[in-house]
Amino acid sequence: MIKLTVNGTMYERAVEPRMLLADFLRHELGLTGTHVGCEQGVCGACTVILNGDSVRSCLCFAVQVDGGRIETVESLGTVDNLDPLQAAFQEHHALQCGFCTPGMLMTGVDLLRKYPLATDQEIREGLSGNLCRCTGYENVVKAIRSAVEAGYGD
Amino acid sequence: MKPPAFEYLAPVSLEAAVAALSNEDAKVLAGGQSLVPMMNFRLLAPSLLVDISRIPDLAYITEDGDGLRIGAMTRHHAVEMSDVVRQRFPVLHAAMAHVAHLAIRNRGTIGGSLCHGDPAAEWPGLVLLLNAQLKTTKRTIPAGDFYHGALATDLADDEILIEIQFPGLAPGTGWGFEEMARRSGDFALAAVAATICLSDDRATEVRIVVIGAHATPLRLTAAEGLLTDHVSIGAAADAAMQEISPDSDLHASADYRRHLVGVLTKRALAAAWKRAA
Ligand SMILES: Cc1cc2nc3c(=O)[nH]c(=O)nc-3n(C[C@H](O)[C@H](O)[C@H](O)COP(=O)(O)OP(=O)(O)OC[C@H]3O[C@@H](n4cnc5c(N)ncnc54)[C@H](O)[C@@H]3O)c2cc1C
Ligand code: FES
Ligand code: FES
Repeated sequence: MIKLTVNGTMYERAVEPRMLLADFLRHELGLTGTHVGCEQGVCGACTVILNGDSVRSCLCFAVQVDGGRIETVESLGTVDNLDPLQAAFQEHHALQCGFCTPGMLMTGVDLLRKYPLATDQEIREGLSGNLCRCTGYENVVKAIRSAVEAGYGD
Repeated sequence: MKPPAFEYLAPVSLEAAVAALSNEDAKVLAGGQSLVPMMNFRLLAPSLLVDISRIPDLAYITEDGDGLRIGAMTRHHAVEMSDVVRQRFPVLHAAMAHVAHLAIRNRGTIGGSLCHGDPAAEWPGLVLLLNAQLKTTKRTIPAGDFYHGALATDLADDEILIEIQFPGLAPGTGWGFEEMARRSGDFALAAVAATICLSDDRATEVRIVVIGAHATPLRLTAAEGLLTDHVSIGAAADAAMQEISPDSDLHASADYRRHLVGVLTKRALAAAWKRAA
């Protein structure tokens, strides 16, 4: 039996040790915003925030996070009421197919909360573990830059 | 793919963890950033994972005289952000930026990286460069004796790495760390780390370590000797190229790696010389 808080709601579930956190979120809790691309830590689509730090939910077993606090992309906004970072992504056309976007957003949230991101180079370094096949990254960097300027996470 | 089934234990003491490791095919689980991908690929199928993250007091960075002691469960990112690491071992701070990506550095641990022993990983080279001692549940192992080969360490199946001890550097030691990877955060094609002590503008003590060019990190003793014999950095870099026998793989040919090690050695030594006082 594990107990964990996901987006502010406490869940208690019996899980097999081999269940990845990504699959727990998607299949047990129905939170399919977290995407699974590679299951080897390379693509970043599955990135969520665990106890305040961005992590790969494909490289973590649900049993390991017993007692933990998780934030997924569903913790941001809704279609009618976008979070300012989501709005910045829309505004700057920072997504096309959207597969990488949940991971980009959650990585972006972690970066915006913790680091000054004074230069675009810092944003690029921070996003280096998130692959996108569509946008060419330029607009993702612009969206995060605009969120920095708007004081996101301050 | 999905990992094969296994049993899971999260003991809260080292004694209980060691006892659990006496089970056949049991493995330590630290940050999981190397182990879980291997299980997802079904390259490994341990019967039992012993999660050591709930054992108290395995994650710390403590000053010890001029040196540092770092707990095996300390995450890469904690080392990257530590002020005392930045002051005393700036080479460790600089190298951390090359270890994978932020989300992986948030989970992955020093102990896990050392025990995994990837030939292109930074930590195994750094402990050799800095002459560290690796303290386990059984003994203390000098960094130079820790590896038998790629992904192969001197640890017994029921032995847990608990602490890495870095002796203080001589005042004024200069350092350099140069890495080439295909993309930021990828494993190194090759990297060279160096420290230099100077006296009257002459190198008195030099250590040069290369990673990614051999099954284990390698000290380039011939190149080190040339520098202390007052030969040029260029000559030391040429010697470095002759001292290694890299493999060709998907990512780079042996010739390219050898060339790269020459260039990186030159840069690392020049940076270390400049920083030495
Ligand atoms: C996409 C990606 C890119 C990466 N890039 C890099 C990179 O550029 N450079 C780099 O260095 N690493 C890189 N890594 C690996 C990462 O640094 C891992 O954190 C590290 O190799 C393993 O640490 P861990 O704590 O996650 O260990 P785990 O995966 O939990 O364990 C690794 C191995 O060590 C054993 N082990 C762990 N801790 C102990 C202990 N205290 N005592 C005894 N045995 C122990 C385990 O049983 C296992 O065999 C990358 C990983 C990924 C997924
Ligand atoms: S699915 Fe986790 S990093 Fe690709
Ligand atoms: S928007 Fe398609 S992968 Fe990034």
